[in-house]
Amino acid sequence: MIPVAFEYRKAQTVEDAIGLLSGGETKLLAGGYSLLPSMKLRLNQPSKLIDISNIPSLKGIKEENGNVIINAGTTHYEIGHHEIIKKHLPFFVDAVHVIGDVQVRNRGTIGGSLAHADPAADWPALVLAAEAIIEVMGRGGIRSIPANEFFTGLFSTQIKEDEIITAIRVPIPRESSKMAYLKFSHPASRFAIVGCAVIRFPGDKTNIAFTGIADTPFRDYAAEQAVSGKSLDLASIESALSVAVNVENLLSDNFASQSYRKHLAKVYLKRALQLVV
Amino acid sequence: MSTTNGIIGQSVKRVEDKRFITGKGKYTDDIILHGQTYASFVRSPYAHASIVSVDIAAAKAMAGVLAIYTGKDVADINGVPCGWLVNFKDGSPMMEPKHPLMVADKARHTGDAVAMVIAETREQAIDAAEAVEVIYEELPVTVNAYEAIQPGAPLVHDVAPGNICFEWELGDSKEEVDAAIAASAHITTLEFVNQRLVPNAIEPRSYIGSYDAANEKYTLYTSTQNPHLIRLLMCAFVLGIPEHKVRVVGPDVGGAFGSKVYHYTEEALVTWASKKLNRPIKWTAERHESFLLDAHGRDHITKARIGFDKDQKITGLRVETIANLGAYLSTFSTCVPTYLYGTLLQGQYTTPVINVDVTAVFTNTTPVDAYRGAGRPEATYVLERLMDLAAHEMGIDPAALRFKNFIPPFDGVNQAGYLTRVALQYDSGNYHGTLSKGLEMLGYTQFREEQQKSSQNGKLLGVGFSTYIEACGLAPSSIAGALGARAGLYEVGQVRVQPTGKVSVFTGSHSHGQGHETSFAQIVADKLGIEMQDVEIIHGDSDSVAFGMGTYGSRSLAVGGSAIVKCIDKIVEKGKKIAAHKMEASEGDIDFANGKFTVKGTDKSLSFGDIALTAYIPHVYPKDLEPGLDFSSFYDPTNFTYPFGCHIAVGEVDRETGEVALKRFIAVDDVGNIVNPMIVEGQIHGGVAQGIGQALYEGAEYDANGQLTNGSYMDYCIPRADDLPMFETATQVTPCPHNPLGVKGAGEAGAIGSTPAVVNAVIDALWSGGYNVKDIRMPLTSERVWNAMQLGSAT
Amino acid sequence: MQIHVKVNEVDYVHEVEPRLLLVHYLRDVLRLTGTHIGCETSVCGACTVHINKKAAKSCTLLAVQADGCEITTIEGLASNGDLHPLQESFRENHGLQCGFCTPGIIMTAADFIQQIPDPSEEDIRHAIKGNLCRCTGYHNIITSIKQAATKMKEEVTV
Repeated sequence: MIPVAFEYRKAQTVEDAIGLLSGGETKLLAGGYSLLPSMKLRLNQPSKLIDISNIPSLKGIKEENGNVIINAGTTHYEIGHHEIIKKHLPFFVDAVHVIGDVQVRNRGTIGGSLAHADPAADWPALVLAAEAIIEVMGRGGIRSIPANEFFTGLFSTQIKEDEIITAIRVPIPRESSKMAYLKFSHPASRFAIVGCAVIRFPGDKTNIAFTGIADTPFRDYAAEQAVSGKSLDLASIESALSVAVNVENLLSDNFASQSYRKHLAKVYLKRALQLVV
Repeated sequence: MSTTNGIIGQSVKRVEDKRFITGKGKYTDDIILHGQTYASFVRSPYAHASIVSVDIAAAKAMAGVLAIYTGKDVADINGVPCGWLVNFKDGSPMMEPKHPLMVADKARHTGDAVAMVIAETREQAIDAAEAVEVIYEELPVTVNAYEAIQPGAPLVHDVAPGNICFEWELGDSKEEVDAAIAASAHITTLEFVNQRLVPNAIEPRSYIGSYDAANEKYTLYTSTQNPHLIRLLMCAFVLGIPEHKVRVVGPDVGGAFGSKVYHYTEEALVTWASKKLNRPIKWTAERHESFLLDAHGRDHITKARIGFDKDQKITGLRVETIANLGAYLSTFSTCVPTYLYGTLLQGQYTTPVINVDVTAVFTNTTPVDAYRGAGRPEATYVLERLMDLAAHEMGIDPAALRFKNFIPPFDGVNQAGYLTRVALQYDSGNYHGTLSKGLEMLGYTQFREEQQKSSQNGKLLGVGFSTYIEACGLAPSSIAGALGARAGLYEVGQVRVQPTGKVSVFTGSHSHGQGHETSFAQIVADKLGIEMQDVEIIHGDSDSVAFGMGTYGSRSLAVGGSAIVKCIDKIVEKGKKIAAHKMEASEGDIDFANGKFTVKGTDKSLSFGDIALTAYIPHVYPKDLEPGLDFSSFYDPTNFTYPFGCHIAVGEVDRETGEVALKRFIAVDDVGNIVNPMIVEGQIHGGVAQGIGQALYEGAEYDANGQLTNGSYMDYCIPRADDLPMFETATQVTPCPHNPLGVKGAGEAGAIGSTPAVVNAVIDALWSGGYNVKDIRMPLTSERVWNAMQLGSAT
Repeated sequence: MQIHVKVNEVDYVHEVEPRLLLVHYLRDVLRLTGTHIGCETSVCGACTVHINKKAAKSCTLLAVQADGCEITTIEGLASNGDLHPLQESFRENHGLQCGFCTPGIIMTAADFIQQIPDPSEEDIRHAIKGNLCRCTGYHNIITSIKQAATKMKEEVTV
């Protein structure tokens, strides 16, 4: 299919891009792997596209004040192969391995994925579990949105019309933190039917986040509470499972009904927890 | 001249590959004709709706738009025909409603074409198609074939009461079969769905129609499996245009699997409109159109019963099937659930009485037709699921149960062919051989020990068997005709020896992945004792190939290849005459071998090249013999061919999630003599992958409104690289006794044998864990397997 | 809008509509028809090319996004008339049947072998899962890629 005709502009800087975000049906184009398929099917018909893929400040990963800063235009591939990520956030590497396919990972960006907010995308679970901050910039200046406030529903986020995600700031977990990302993929799309990200810090504080299960990715605070500060054994894991995934708006499709998704989520939580013992 | 005799049987690397690996293949969509325009269709978003109005005014005024045609514009043109007449049990003909090129009054399935927009560019055509305003009035929808034949179900066609196309029966009488089963020591019953599949050739269908006004001649480029058949159907049945003024070209075709056999409405439309517009018109399907419009496969609901005596010998088989044909009759739709299905229910067994009853039904869904295997996978699924289940129920080994019931080996020469209870005579078979070989490859005893252990680690291991038979090499025309075929099923070959001894071979078979350019050249090179590079295979163009019936039903080598062999026989015969004359010997004293004509008992000889040259420069030449060395042949087989084999799957089920991992897949196939083992193995691999796809991943899902809810690769899963294991394959050779090559056909075997083996493996895994489950609906998604374990009687 | 691209070592400048997909630019404008279109949802991978030496699906890119990029298509993979080891290997191992998915798979594999020169069967299956093949069941594709990788590694070592 062919998208409906649109105006195309290339932004050189973030400020440039914000200036071009003149309301109406304007969309930002980064890797294009989320936006273009929906435009080709004419489910999305923006009148203007602003290409932000060549903005230098949106590229790259660095370590700064105890945080890993992943600029929004960094591709999945670059994240998965970066030494800083491998060292501090190995579960991001696990996630990259199971995002889409090679071609998607080469072009798709973390910022594009988060802004698209597909309920079955992988990154949401990771940024939620890692307590990342999503940095956005707009005419009103810079905002830092904690991941657990960022996602507001199906394909929707806190980002305003004139805002751009500039970076993802991830607090570096203390040394000897353990983390895991496990995914049960939809056989056709390879999006997550269940994606479960778990991070266990020294002192046994445990963060748990899910994607793929409901219309919005979420932190599972009840399950976290059941295992945080306790040793991870059969009993604590069992108690986490008994309270986990207590959410509404569960997704369902030909491959996984709501009840099966919920069951799978618990199995995957158990397996993820066993990996961070 | 060096000899290449013995080249048949070698894994010669494919001749056609060079162009494909360098990106130089030429598929229909790669062609741009001078002045070419583009078509885009307005399609019904509803499965069943009256068309109240179609307003093309706004669209017509858009940039680049050249013409818009609606259902009304083609109302006087015939619809696309069905090629096979099946009668009701009482002999009255099936219901055959018109399948119009575009609909004017009523849409009967989602995607039915309402208007065709033609514009200068692809973009303009799509934009304008969106601007055509159609007002629909939704009608009640019938989707499921069982529901469609219940009283009060919405009618798809007024001419087909109860939505029934035909009711058909084959074999022994119901009373006889019921009595035999009732007297059995054990009866196994099974009710199941053989789900609807979407063929999914990776090349979407593509057509270019063009008209040459100066010569009053049409050309249609089409991604088809059978250019001549398309020409015949389109000219004689649909458009009523003279056949000699139509050229149909099937260039490189990117996979087909049955879905490109049929004459589709868009082929006729671009051809028809190209004359009206006097411009070439291209239409290439979008993938969502492929999902909605390429004829689907399978879609049976079946009840089956099989009886066994106290020695576990089969006493009788009774099968009742409701077959969903979709909204219209596609080209071969009617013979698939009848003559390609019911006739195969003998399988490899000595079942003494069999009855099969089929009700074919219209619904508001995409038309259903032959998809790789076509009827034979459905028959194999019935039998092979029953056999494994019966073994579980009787507590005996499924392999042993098969050995007890196999038809004994017969070669069709010294032992007669096997006459079945369902109208066929098998040509040759050795079913013990393929199963024995499969068990050996599996390491059966060892496997059962491993299975015991595995249940302790949260996984359940299972093995599934499928010992299948198929009828290929379609088909003796007289038999096909007696059964309702509206065309002959011979094949045409032409071998043109050029003056220099190089050979051009024209075949009515069409290659779209099967490698004919290689295996057919092997036959010619071998038989004429010349080099492979001196042979070229030409196919796919109705202007250069005399005639042809095309490629489907694993027929190309058995029928098309045999036609070529017959031409070669004629060439050698004529060559002998020329050689005898030149060497002053009698014709009976000439031998032809290794590319040489030799006078028996002497060292006098002439090469094939010498004779070719003489045939074209006939200075020293037999009186009364025509010059030239160019023969064609129409080969009509005397029987079907019957490939068979044994497929074994090993699967592992995750007890917590129901996820199935296919650990091993073993295929032992007997496809008769083998021309190119590499190509045969490749065909088996591909078929097996599709069969596994059906078992584990694929299935068209319609909602109650007749919307296909998984009409994209984001929702419909065809196997990806990480879904499949490496395959373990082997062949056995039991030659076909009735064609000159002794070949049986290999294209569909993989898809026919594999599906029940995989499902049986999962069922076996569950039984090994104490879940005595009879059936899980395909595809065996993890959720369905998990549900089965929740409901199954775990011990 | 005007774009400057280098495709298979040749520089091109063209005026294109922003909505023109890269795959249509390659096929219709440059007439490089070895890059195929098999779907519209970025799944099948038949349209895979290299953009700045990395595999990408050209159906999910606008031609304007490729402005300033270096692109390699299947037609540009052979060098100086010598087939790429993957091309050789696909023929040697019957890694293709209808040939429609083949260019995309070879392009994906060419990128992947650069990164993992000694891939396992599992690595290869993972690497090409973004390319659908309906003919081969992938068996011979896996074998082809494995053999090409071995050959390329040997060439490097020599």
